[in-house]
Amino acid sequence: MLLQQLINGLTLGGVYALIALGYTMVYGILELINFAHGEIYMLGAYLGIIFLAFFTAAGLTATSLPIALFLTVLLTIIFCSAYGFAMEKTAYKPLRNAPRLSPLISAIGVSIFLQNYVMLTQGATDKVFPYKFSSAGFQFLNVNMTYLQAIIIAVSALLMLLLHLFIQKTRIGKAMRATAQDKTMASLVGINVDIIISATFVIGAGLAAVAGIMVAAYYGLVNYYIGYIAGIKAFTAAVLGGIGSIPGAMLGGIVLGLVESIGAAYISSEYKDAYAFIILIIILLIKPSGILGKTAEEKV
Amino acid sequence: MKGNRLIVIPLFAALLLLPFKGIQAAVIMFITVSAGLMLISFLRKYRIPEGFNKIKAGLQIITENSSIKNSIIPLMMIAFLVSPIFLKDYYLDVLIISGIYILLALGLNIIVGFAGLLNLGFAAYYAIGAYAYAIANTKFGLGFWPSLPLSAMFAAIAGLIVAVPALRLRGDYLAIVTLGFGEIVRLVLNNWDSLTNGPNGITEIAPPSLFGFSLGKLQHYYYIVFVFVLLSVFIIRRVELSRIGRAWKAIRENEIAASSTGINATKYKLYAFIFGTFWAGIAGILFAAKMRFVSPESFTFMESVLMLSMVILGGIGNIYGVVAGAFILALLPEVLRGVHDYRMLILGIGLVLLMLFRPQGLWGGHYRRNKKCSS
Repeated sequence: MLLQQLINGLTLGGVYALIALGYTMVYGILELINFAHGEIYMLGAYLGIIFLAFFTAAGLTATSLPIALFLTVLLTIIFCSAYGFAMEKTAYKPLRNAPRLSPLISAIGVSIFLQNYVMLTQGATDKVFPYKFSSAGFQFLNVNMTYLQAIIIAVSALLMLLLHLFIQKTRIGKAMRATAQDKTMASLVGINVDIIISATFVIGAGLAAVAGIMVAAYYGLVNYYIGYIAGIKAFTAAVLGGIGSIPGAMLGGIVLGLVESIGAAYISSEYKDAYAFIILIIILLIKPSGILGKTAEEKV
Repeated sequence: MKGNRLIVIPLFAALLLLPFKGIQAAVIMFITVSAGLMLISFLRKYRIPEGFNKIKAGLQIITENSSIKNSIIPLMMIAFLVSPIFLKDYYLDVLIISGIYILLALGLNIIVGFAGLLNLGFAAYYAIGAYAYAIANTKFGLGFWPSLPLSAMFAAIAGLIVAVPALRLRGDYLAIVTLGFGEIVRLVLNNWDSLTNGPNGITEIAPPSLFGFSLGKLQHYYYIVFVFVLLSVFIIRRVELSRIGRAWKAIRENEIAASSTGINATKYKLYAFIFGTFWAGIAGILFAAKMRFVSPESFTFMESVLMLSMVILGGIGNIYGVVAGAFILALLPEVLRGVHDYRMLILGIGLVLLMLFRPQGLWGGHYRRNKKCSS
């Protein structure tokens, strides 16, 4: 029982971690809570369903499933990244030097817009994922881990590893770290800060897109308002791990996923959504810098 | 505007819409966006925005001129006072709801506008006020007037409970904790079936009565809400101009500087939370009494966002601006009745545009310093 919940929690946690990375990377560079990030995840879920339905109608899913899935994921990532890019350029970039409240309100505006945009174009009813994954899986120690769960955990881990390598080893990753430390200094040494910020949004949106598809496949149903609650939970995960810290977001996501599924199984499933908030409040009160975060002294 | 932008931006917008709505909609999107961009570049070329600035300057003179202002406000008061005689029930209903929103926006404005503390869970206190009356009335048979201080007190205590720990946090974090509290309250209302009757809500709440007369007619509610709005504007205005109000604004502008002049920042922030949530409680009981029904659905995150939008739209920190903002946004659903589905979409775009072009709100002179305070 406990082991089963651990597996469920790990699956959920991987998804939260992928979304949380987008929050933490943007916060690390802009100190902005990108409130609309959850909506990118929701867009990812919808786009995944739309593209897969398109490929199914075109007959590609029947002939070769892996190619259809691969193309769906690829197209979804591209489109979600484009949405992330457009969002930053229109709603956040003009407000970069505005008071802190302005970009947050703007982000809430984007979030409301995207929710209703999807509702109006796709309808308010639940959307069904067009492919049903089998419930077969690995059996060990009396627990069942479906292949889909295994895929979700593996994909999440792989993407996190790739992101870590990207940030640590590549030139752009280095520029991102520099920009996160100090935007002005980074621009003085010849880093194009605008491009780096755009890249951050694009990467974050790409990760959220993958998370969206995986959740759509896992639950089989999506709705236009899933982004809000998932976004808040992922933000909680980012804060839990220490916002601005990439390993922190990964850790926070997994911890949150585990707490949620164990809490739902052993305490009460009705209050499942409240655990994230309770954890968030406790963390912020006890150690606002998070598990892996650094305490920043306020400059006077 | 560079020539290629006229192609790239509409193309991008069209591509983004393509998977959601198909080719036809994408083409329409392309045409609309490029027409819009051309219009903007045309306006810029012929310096038409400067014409707008002149109109704006003219409006400014009207709003700043105290003799005009002093004559407008009594006129509006009389208009609102006599309107129930002429208006249909439907319009009265809308006005009552607007009045409740004005109370909420004024309360939120104390926290966000005066003290500069972002609160994204204000609907929670509204809910507590409403449920306090609903439960007191249906379970304990308490009337409207004895419940009034009770509702306000419960909301204010909830405000205090959140504020004590949360005020150690700054800015965005505070916003998220208040949001979290708002969600927790909604979840509790939804799941504590024995007390709140869960998602079905509480029905058959008694209307207010006075000396044995039931005040259940729309006209009665209208005047009750009207009196409360006037009272709240008056009281909040007095507090704003008092030592407490000045302390709030000092904290908002610069907490460290305020602390170093001897203002106990934590104490005054607590005051702001208690005083602001107090009005949410009042709005809550009025809502419960008016609707005679409460359910968790009325107190979602979207409500909190709506209240915040009201504060920001009118002009954050400016009481009259906030009243106007609340009034406009409360009326908006009725005005946009024809395009009802697009209401929230328009609100979303509106919030972004407001932040881009007029972050201080429609009437907010940017944190305009109060003449009486500055001496």
